[in-house]
Amino acid sequence: MTKRELILAFESSCDETSVAVIEDGTKILSNIIATQINSHKRFGGVVPEVASRHHVEQITDCIDLALNEANVNYSDLTAVAVTYGPGLVGSLLIGVTAAKTVAYAHQLPLIPVNHMAGHIYAARFVKPLQYPLLALMVSGGHTELVTLTAPGEFHIIGETRDDAAGEAYDKIGRVLGITYPAGKEVDRLAHLGHDTFHFPRAMDGEDNLDFSFSGLKSAFINTVHHADQIGEQLSREDLAASFQAAVVDVLVDKTVQALHQHPVDQLVVAGGVAANQGLREAMTARLAEEFPNIDVIIPPVRLTGDNAAMIGAAAHIELAKHHFADETLNAVPNLNFQHA
Amino acid sequence: MKILAMDTSNQAMSVAVMADGQLLAASTINHKKTHSEQLLPTIDRLMTVSGLTPAKLDRVVVADGPGSYTGVRIAVTTAKTLADTLSLELVGVSSLAALAAGAVGTTNLIVPIMDARRQNVFAGVYQWLDGELINVVEDRHLALTQLLGELKLLRQPSTFVGSDVAKFTESIKATLGASAHFVDALANLPQAGRLALLGAQRTPVDVTTFVPRYLRLTEAETNWLKTHDDKGHAPYVQKV
Ligand SMILES: [Zn+2]
Repeated sequence: MTKRELILAFESSCDETSVAVIEDGTKILSNIIATQINSHKRFGGVVPEVASRHHVEQITDCIDLALNEANVNYSDLTAVAVTYGPGLVGSLLIGVTAAKTVAYAHQLPLIPVNHMAGHIYAARFVKPLQYPLLALMVSGGHTELVTLTAPGEFHIIGETRDDAAGEAYDKIGRVLGITYPAGKEVDRLAHLGHDTFHFPRAMDGEDNLDFSFSGLKSAFINTVHHADQIGEQLSREDLAASFQAAVVDVLVDKTVQALHQHPVDQLVVAGGVAANQGLREAMTARLAEEFPNIDVIIPPVRLTGDNAAMIGAAAHIELAKHHFADETLNAVPNLNFQHA
Repeated sequence: MKILAMDTSNQAMSVAVMADGQLLAASTINHKKTHSEQLLPTIDRLMTVSGLTPAKLDRVVVADGPGSYTGVRIAVTTAKTLADTLSLELVGVSSLAALAAGAVGTTNLIVPIMDARRQNVFAGVYQWLDGELINVVEDRHLALTQLLGELKLLRQPSTFVGSDVAKFTESIKATLGASAHFVDALANLPQAGRLALLGAQRTPVDVTTFVPRYLRLTEAETNWLKTHDDKGHAPYVQKV
């Protein structure tokens, strides 16, 4: 009997402490996620020092729970993997420090993983990936179009020049009086309203694959403030629908533009914003029409947010390549993929 | 009892391995390089030269604050994870007590100090009594002027320790005059061997709930509490 490949994976780049046990890069034996949303709600966004403190509280409990739920001992493990960037440095350091310590204590290889690679490889839990593939990576910190020419070979072909899509959701959510994080509630309101404000679709139709959301955010805020000044009451549903339509239009248009330039068989929609129903519906509808042969993979909601299972999936690829780190591994808060 | 002790509360990093009260290996590095990069390699090296594997340890002792928030978390996370993953005993010792323990052979009050910015300090008051380091005044985050005022009322000779003391020498001398004493550059650095000795006597803590002693809420929490009641908001972290 061949030994199972079991990776103990760590993720702590922002406000989720997560530890998972992944078998052969495809099977989730456990995926413990301790979320701090309730804490950061108090401040309207993630406060880095508070996040770091919560990670220390949670880290060993998450390790113990992950191993128990997977019914696995340290002696069964093949390797330890950890997100080492990008993210908040104080948050990253807790996962990196804990992962290094476990690897040292049990003499296991240590696999450093790029957080964005993790988000993309969450798709591997849905089905096998075929290369080359295109990924649209959308979250509170990222909006990028990435091609994978081969397993673990990432190239950025388009990215936001200012705010990330998820960040724009949180900022306009604040204007609508929605508590952080606003994405889910804006998505819900949007489905009850109509695009009546026709906010600008920045950079749409331009001959590049980049994004910009700060103009949209400003247009939204100006519209609401102007209405406030003249005492007019605007429909929150229509505001949300109009904002979401502008974001989704640009994301879908740019993805379609990228697919024309980079022929692939699969499209992965990754990151926290991939949970957005409006985006899921618009993307699948548009692709079915224009690229019926392209397979669209959008991971289930539990795997689009930050979690360690996705880090274990990406680590499986790095393990095959023997990409290991030593005990000096440090957090790299601004880690990025190569640009194409 | 085999003990691994570590302190990364401030710029200096100190690690020691001890067996039954005898020092096997120690390292103190005071050159600016990140603790995250050098703590585990140093532990590995000292354990190797001590002829020990991590599983052979009985206890991990860590300086758990106050100090640099990130610095304290590096050692606490390392110690907590090592104890958890190998089922070792874990003991947290105040980083100020660890500094105070370096001032041996004095009956003076020992006042370890760390700069907390804006003329504030982290400080405590300690004293040796029958070979045991006693905490006379608890560790606090307070204004330097308040600390010095209180020490003046105690009317006892006081020995200041810590690498930040140099920043405050003038104020200390101005308030306490000849009753203020200072130590040399070596005694101002934490020595993990001393930390191990302090930690050898203590009762182990619960590993899962162990956290640093920051002695200070974050600025965000302090501001939030000005307009909010803490009740009804917990739990702040939830397993989902
Ligand atoms: Zn993420």
